[in-house]
Amino acid sequence: MLLLGESGAGKSTFLRALAGVLAPDEGDAEGSLLIDGAAPAPGRAGLVLQDPDSQVILARVGDDVAFGCENLGVVRDEIWSRVRHSLDEVGLRVSLDRSTANLSGGQKQRLALAGVLAMGPGLLLLDEPTANLDPQGVTEVRDAVGRVLDATGATLVVVEHRVAVWQDLVDRVIVLGPDGLIADGSPTAVLDRQGADLASRGIWVPGHPPTRPVRRPRPVAQIELSARALNVGRTHAVLEGVELDVSSARGLAITGPNGSGKSTLGLTLAGLLPPVAGELAASDDLRRGIPPRPWKWRSRDLLTRIGTVFQEPEHQFLAPTVRAELAIGPRALKLPQAEVDARVSDLLERLRLTHLAAANPFTLSGGEKRRLSVATVLATRPRLLVLDEPTFGQDSRTWSELVTILAELIDDGSGLVMMTHDTELVATLADVTLELT
Amino acid sequence: MSVNPVAKLGAALLLSLCLILTIDWVSAAVALGLELLLFLALRPAVSGFWRRTAAVWIAAPLTAVTIALYGQPSGTVYAEFLFARVSEGSVTLAIATFLRVLAIGLPAVVLFVTIDPTELADGLAQRVHLPVRFVLGALAGMRLVGLFLDDWKYLALARRARGVADRGRVRRLGGQAFALLVLSIRRGSALATAMEARGFGSSTPRSWARDSPWRAREWAALGTGLAVGLTAIAAAIAAGTWNFIVG
Repeated sequence: MLLLGESGAGKSTFLRALAGVLAPDEGDAEGSLLIDGAAPAPGRAGLVLQDPDSQVILARVGDDVAFGCENLGVVRDEIWSRVRHSLDEVGLRVSLDRSTANLSGGQKQRLALAGVLAMGPGLLLLDEPTANLDPQGVTEVRDAVGRVLDATGATLVVVEHRVAVWQDLVDRVIVLGPDGLIADGSPTAVLDRQGADLASRGIWVPGHPPTRPVRRPRPVAQIELSARALNVGRTHAVLEGVELDVSSARGLAITGPNGSGKSTLGLTLAGLLPPVAGELAASDDLRRGIPPRPWKWRSRDLLTRIGTVFQEPEHQFLAPTVRAELAIGPRALKLPQAEVDARVSDLLERLRLTHLAAANPFTLSGGEKRRLSVATVLATRPRLLVLDEPTFGQDSRTWSELVTILAELIDDGSGLVMMTHDTELVATLADVTLELT
Repeated sequence: MSVNPVAKLGAALLLSLCLILTIDWVSAAVALGLELLLFLALRPAVSGFWRRTAAVWIAAPLTAVTIALYGQPSGTVYAEFLFARVSEGSVTLAIATFLRVLAIGLPAVVLFVTIDPTELADGLAQRVHLPVRFVLGALAGMRLVGLFLDDWKYLALARRARGVADRGRVRRLGGQAFALLVLSIRRGSALATAMEARGFGSSTPRSWARDSPWRAREWAALGTGLAVGLTAIAAAIAAGTWNFIVG
């Protein structure tokens, strides 16, 4: 069963209730919820969450899978046979002593699945299990779930806003709205009848692509930043011999699997990390009177030149309210108060954040955080923007909004660098694609 | 030959307890000598011994020099400048301290670096019977430390990107630490949910996938730690150098 609905409809809360991990003091409960005629309890239903990193519990693969069995009081010999069996089923063929720290995102999610599976649940609950994964990881996890269902005959409830991933594995789709159930039926029935409506609610429905921006004629491209024989890394090079130009009024996409050095390259281009070796130089137009090496610029000098949107919006939030957050950049530039206010109000409006102006950035939803993190960068009007996975895990509505804003920026003459897995984003905005391996 | 981590911890603890009771050079020298013999006899597999014990090798002479210069002067004064006064008493004390830092530090490092956190947690829960919630919670939490380090790096880069990294370093670090706290609470609660979803903290009696054996060798390890400590004390008393540190 695939559970769909806009963010805030209560999908995740429902899964947690089924898993029996909602504490009584976490809100009001009404009505009854029974699994096989009994109240939900761990072991009856197994829950896999979205973030691969916060689900790994122990240091070694075997111990991690055994953890759930131990809590259920399973005897030792039985535990290890279950561990081996579960790892087999999710297709994670690594040694039991393998460190969990160095697994890929897809492997970590399959590890979490194995850990749940070893507890022998009749019900598998997956809460956006593939939202944080690269395309290969998505396939790995989806296929593993398919095998598990075939082998165990367990019931599956998966929450996800990308329908295409799960469409073939489920035989029932339920749509939750703010006021309760909107649709319930077979995937074809629900998607045929409600596809357009679901897409307008931000769900990725096959055959209903998100709205793409209308493009305008662009100014002539000029090279703003050049990398020659560039080696990037934090201490030693993770990527060597990069040759590229970032141009104004153009989009450059950097793609490649996790661990290929995309983010590190992006942070280096953004003037945040010094190169390990090689050349990285800003054009005269970009540097405007300061030396050409971006990593040597003062923090304030970056603001109007190169803006960076981090993969985790929370890393870049500094202020107690959305309004103050947007004012930080303009203030650092020592703009007059009237100008600061004007820019902030304009951005609040453009990114639909006005009603949240007084809210704490940390309390926003995922889509709102993403919009805010982009807005904070736009506030100082940098000539170049570097964005790390700007569309990661976003619903199709936020996706369209973001892409529209980014397209406007390019059409107005900004240069964009995007590190991304999102083929749709690349197709829409990239003029040049650098594929890393 | 693997020894239960709890026994290693206990041995190091017993030895240290004996050695911090006194600050004379005889006990420290005897303990260090015995440790050296044990080390040569058992040849524990410690990869990168010098690198791992570097801190001890640096700390020992530094403390010794400080004490030689500024320790309470007594007996013949050899040299004097500003507040420093090198005397017979302070030099004796310096030697004793040098030996003591090595005698406590080296075995502690050797014993600790060979401890596997998971095995230690198993031992503390199954053998010492510390509360399971506490031990396993701490063990799982340890894994988050690596994530916190990454968070910290990104927080620093993000501050540079936001244009606020040019000055106010102290205040900025404060803000960064607070942001890290918020992130870590969030990660921690996500981990707690994941653990709970796997039945952690339920009323079912827990079973253990891994045994935490306690055999003769564990007793031997504890006994050895205590024996080295007591021999050192006995030697100091016999030599008349014993001075009880308290009082």
